[in-house]
Formats: sequence, structure tokens, C-alpha cells
Amino acid sequence: MELIVCVKQVPDPEAPPASFKVDPATNKVVPPPGVPPVISTFDETAVEAALRLKDAKGGKITVVSLGNNLVRDVVKKPLAMGADQLILLEDPVYENGDSWSTAYALSMAIKKIGSFDIIFCGRQAADWDAGQVGLGIAELLGIPSITLAKKVESVDGKVKVERIVPDGFEIIESPTPCLITVTNELGEPRYAPLKGIMRAAKIQPTIWKPQDIGVDPAQIGASGRRTKLVKLFQPVKEGKCEIVEGENAADAAAKLALRLREAKVL
Amino acid sequence: MADHKGVLVCGEAIEGKLAGVTAEMLGGGRKLADKLDEGLSVVLLGSGVKGLAAEAIACGADKVYVVDDPLLKDYQTDAYVMAMVNAVNQVAPRVVLMGQTSMGRDLAPRLAFRLQTALSMDCTELDIDAQSKALIQTRPVYGGNARAVFTTESLPQMATVRAKAMSPLPRDDARKGEVTDITAGIDASKIRAKFVQKVKEEVTGVKLEEAPAVIAGGRGLGGPDGFKQLEGLARLLKGAVGATRPAIDNGWVPTSIQVGLTGKIVAPELYIAIALSGSSQHMAGCSGSKTIVAINKDPEANIFREARFGIVADWKQALPAFTQKVQELLKE
Ligand SMILES: Cc1cc2nc3c(=O)[nH]c(=O)nc-3n(C[C@H](O)[C@H](O)[C@H](O)COP(=O)(O)OP(=O)(O)OC[C@H]3O[C@@H](n4cnc5c(N)ncnc54)[C@H](O)[C@@H]3O)c2cc1C
Ligand SMILES: Cc1cc2nc3c(=O)[nH]c(=O)nc-3n(C[C@H](O)[C@H](O)[C@H](O)COP(=O)(O)OP(=O)(O)OC[C@H]3O[C@@H](n4cnc5c(N)ncnc54)[C@H](O)[C@@H]3O)c2cc1C
Repeated sequence: MELIVCVKQVPDPEAPPASFKVDPATNKVVPPPGVPPVISTFDETAVEAALRLKDAKGGKITVVSLGNNLVRDVVKKPLAMGADQLILLEDPVYENGDSWSTAYALSMAIKKIGSFDIIFCGRQAADWDAGQVGLGIAELLGIPSITLAKKVESVDGKVKVERIVPDGFEIIESPTPCLITVTNELGEPRYAPLKGIMRAAKIQPTIWKPQDIGVDPAQIGASGRRTKLVKLFQPVKEGKCEIVEGENAADAAAKLALRLREAKVL
Repeated sequence: MADHKGVLVCGEAIEGKLAGVTAEMLGGGRKLADKLDEGLSVVLLGSGVKGLAAEAIACGADKVYVVDDPLLKDYQTDAYVMAMVNAVNQVAPRVVLMGQTSMGRDLAPRLAFRLQTALSMDCTELDIDAQSKALIQTRPVYGGNARAVFTTESLPQMATVRAKAMSPLPRDDARKGEVTDITAGIDASKIRAKFVQKVKEEVTGVKLEEAPAVIAGGRGLGGPDGFKQLEGLARLLKGAVGATRPAIDNGWVPTSIQVGLTGKIVAPELYIAIALSGSSQHMAGCSGSKTIVAINKDPEANIFREARFGIVADWKQALPAFTQKVQELLKE
């Protein structure tokens, strides 16, 4: 099977909340010093979904990432996990895009890749949490889409997906080519084995510049935005925690219950 | 195309009733419509949904558009996108609101791209700029660490709305409204990804989203046995047990009890957070709780920046004593 996975490099979403800073002058996030970026969590799960299909059916996995200043060790992780090829859409003009311009550029790159069976995306990027790019790509390419997948199988030339809903899951069947967004319930992404890391080190990513994929310059990066970011800010936390103390853990716990009763919480 | 006017809410039904988030959007949408001095309408898509029109009017809608079609019985992306494109073209609203639900997450982006318009997902606040009449869209980003405020120029302006972010109006059955049927306009041959079947996960006890108290556990509980112990406390408080993502990823508890950005949104009277660190993504699902109480052994844990009351303790010692004291107090 020909599989494509879209992965985004993001600031580490699990960095301690206290280290998170916004520069109000530029409306931008100041990356915490010393915390390297990562592949967005759900995109790693998307790579895992593709690898499982490749394990079952054979085929090839092409990873695509769009951005600027992409850290090679970070974006090469899917290769170390077992993907075959890495295409980077890397250029300063991609900066400050939004879901629209990102989906447009990725869809143009996928057109250039040519034939494929399934495109995998994460359910949402761990920085802007939009959850739009995957569906945007599907719409721009005119292919069916299935979101929130926790299991993906290929059966008789069709894909069968278990899609998470609040009280269980749905089974959806789709012809290919199609696009699937993946959620963490699919399971932990595999570790990159040492052999994989060494193999990845030898693979040179393919770099496609905007002119290589024939995009309209007015539709990419900041000029392709359809949303205007008026303000980015950190909400103020007013709450102050009252720490209840005791002689030991059990005593503190009992005193906590009393305090909650006093405060009419219980 | 006609002038775009008014606010259109895309309604959802759950077990034959108007979904909570739909009533909330009608409450929030009413304010937006009044600011615009334009109408509030709701579109009900499904099979056999006309009966909900009266409830939607009582919740604030001026107009109800009913799109009743057997092809809309189960949610299927292609069918719903076609029906919504048809409805939006007929109604020509200025603003379209959808719930940040499993349907809204799937439908809204595809619809926006088909309509060539912009969309903000998972908004927690919406307002109207008095001068430009633009929809001001505020949404949490970076896992809840920041808020972003967006405006968009293309029409309709679209947003999905987070559960419990807006308040429903008190139900008023005397309110008058108009009900109009519109055809779905679905071409069945264009439904590609097809719904086959739904598999329900068993839930016993109080529903998490409706529970007055939620006892949530995290990675620090160490396994399913820890969660068993939370159940005792939950029963006492007539509440439900919730969990952080690592507890789900490790298979300790079912997916359906995850609280957070990518799980359930809860806003109980009392939220007791035990052995969880209070990550921004988790807090996104419970920060609307009236009182948050934390039990954590690490005094530096972020949960103490979020909670109103807390103790720094190992849950293994603290929980039995706490549960016992609560039991005594509730007996009094
Ligand atoms: C260098 C750079 C700087 C930016 N700075 C800003 C800024 O300052 N302010 C601002 O508002 N926006 C900025 N953006 C844009 C913002 O990050 C976009 O919203 C984003 O690129 C679109 O993705 P999303 O977060 O909406 O993704 P979602 O729609 O949440 O992503 C869903 C899925 O789509 C795929 N995907 C998304 N983005 C990419 C990608 N880039 N490459 C490959 N796959 C992807 C992934 O599979 C992902 O899981 C910037 C973008 C870039 C690349
Ligand atoms: C895009 C995205 C979406 C996400 N969505 C969600 C979501 O919806 N919900 C969610 O929960 N997470 C979500 N996450 C994951 C989130 O970032 C955190 O990783 C997660 O919430 C951490 O769970 P935790 O607090 O249980 O674990 P940890 O952060 O590991 O915290 C464990 C805590 O337990 C304490 N502890 C350990 N042992 C004991 C003991 N014996 N007694 C008392 N305390 C003890 C520790 O001090 C620590 O504070 C998401 C992440 C991303 C990137």
C-alpha cells in the first residue's frame, strides 16, 4: 500500500505549564529554553497507524512535514520508526500560516507525490489544537475522510476504521484513496530501534520549495491566512490553593475533609 | 448570493432530546443575534427530528429548519456536508455555530473548506464587534496554556463551541418560533465513507458529564487497583470516576472516562484530583468545576496552581482516611 503521513513539528506540549510564555508584543509563543521541539503527539500515533498497515500488507510510507527551521533529528523520527521517505516543505514563506494555507500547501505536495491509498494525519496538532488540516486536505483533494480513528484495517480493497465516539466507537468503511485522522486510543507509537535510528541517519530528506509543488504564493504562509490572530494571551489564574496540613498523610486527609465540610463543599 | 444575516446553530440530538451543547449554543447564539439585531435559527438534521423543533424554540431559536431524511439517520460525513451546504446556502447566515462534539469535529472543517470560508474550532467565548459586526472568536490553544482571539473575513463566519462554555437560556415554552422544512439534497451515490455499526461501551453508575462530583485519578495511582479505590469515594459523593490520559493509554480504565482537551468536558460542583499533575490538557476538561481539590505528593505539581484546597500526601495513606472522614461527615 502507498501510505502518506503528515507530521508537524511543535513545541513540546508536555513541557511544564509554568515554563509556558507568550510574547504579547508579537503574539507569539516563546519556546522554553532547552526544551527541544517534538513531532506532534497524535502525528506519531498516525505514523504508528501507517506502520501497522505496512506490517500487515506491505508497502511504502512517505512522511510529509511543512514548516520552517525543522530540526532534522525531530522530523526524522518517523523514519527511525520505520517510514521509508521524508519530504520537507521547508521555507520561511510557510511561517505564520493557518489551517487553510497549511492544508493547501500539503494538498499540493500530495498531488505531486501522485498515487496513494491512505493519508494519515493526527486528530489535532498539539500546539494550535485546531483539528482542521487533515479534513482540509481531504476536501481539497476531493477524497473521503474518517476522523478519530483508533483502529485501521485494510479489508478487500477497502479501509475499515473504528472511530471513537463519547460512548464507544463506530465502524466506518471507506473506499480508497481516503484520509484518516488518528487519535491516541490507537495505542502507543513504537520505539525507534537503534537500527532504525542508524537507517534514518542515512536517509536524506527531500526538500520541496514552494515553486516545486506549484503553489499560488498568495495562498501560502501568512498571505494565505483566512483567520486574523487579534491576540494571543495567557489567562490569569486567580485561585490560590489552601494547603491543609496534618501530622501525617492520614491526618491531613481527615482535616481536608473537615475543611471541605466547613467550606460547604461537602 | 443573498445577504448573509443572523446566527445559525447546527443542532444535535442525543437519545431523542436536544443535546446539551445545542441548548448552550442557543443561549450563547441568542446573545450574538441580539447584538447583531438579527435572527437566531437552528437547523436540525437527522431522521425523525422534527419533534425537537418546539424544544429548540423554547431554548431561544426564532426559526427552526428541519432537514429530515433517512440518509441522515446515522452521522456520515459526506451526507451531512451535502445537507449542511444546502441549508447554509438557503439560510445564508452571517454566523454558523456547531458543537465541538464528535460530529462537529468531523463536519465543521470539511464544511468550512467546501464553503471556502474560515473556521475556529473549540471556541470558549464568542462576541460581536459592534462596529464591523465581525464575530470575535476566542479559543484555547497550546493545550489550554494560552487563549487566541481570531476574526475572519469570509462569510459565513464559522465556529465550533466547547461543551459547557456557554449557558443555556431558561426554557420558555411560551416563546414563539417558525418551523420550516428544507430538503436535504443528498446524492446517495456520493456517500463514500459509510457508517456500518456502532459499538457501545457499557457505562454503569452516574454519567461523568452530569455527575455533581468527579473523583479523578492520574498516572500516580499506578494501576487499575488504585482506580477501584476511587470508586468507593465516588459512590459516597454520588459522583463518577474520571481519569487522565496516561491511565487510559495504559489500559487501566476505559476510554470513555478520560477528562480533558481530547476527552470529556466536565464542570461538577466538586472535582477531586488524585495523583495527577494538572497538565494544561487535562485542566481543559475540568477547569469549569466549582471547587477543585488536589491530593498529590509533589508540592510543586501544577495541580496546586489550579486547586482551591489540597494536601501534599501519598494517596495510598491519604485516600482511606479521607474517604472514611467523608463518610462520617455525610452521616451526621
Ligand atoms: C513555522 C510556523 C510558524 C507559525 N506561526 C504562527 C503564529 O505565530 N500564529 C498563528 O496563528 N499561526 C502560526 N502558524 C500556523 C499554525 O501553526 C497553523 O495553524 C498550522 O500550521 C495549521 O495547523 P493546525 O495547528 O491548525 O493543525 P491541525 O489542523 O490541528 O492539524 C491536524 C493534523 O494536520 C497535520 N498537519 C498540520 N500542520 C502540519 C504541518 N505543518 N506539516 C505537516 N502536517 C501538518 C498533522 O497530521 C496534524 O496532526 C505557524 C506555522 C508554521 C509552520
Ligand atoms: C494534544 C494533547 C492532548 C491531550 N489531551 C489530554 C486529555 O484530554 N486528558 C488528559 O488527562 N491528558 C491529555 N494529554 C496528556 C497531558 O499532556 C498529560 O501528559 C497528562 O494529563 C498527564 O497525566 P497525569 O497527570 O496522570 O500524569 P503525570 O503528569 O505523570 O502526573 C502524575 C502525578 O501523580 C503524582 N503522584 C505520583 N505518585 C503519587 C502518590 N503515591 N501519591 C500522590 N501523588 C502521586 C505525581 O506527583 C504527579 O504529579 C494530552 C496531551 C496532548 C499533547
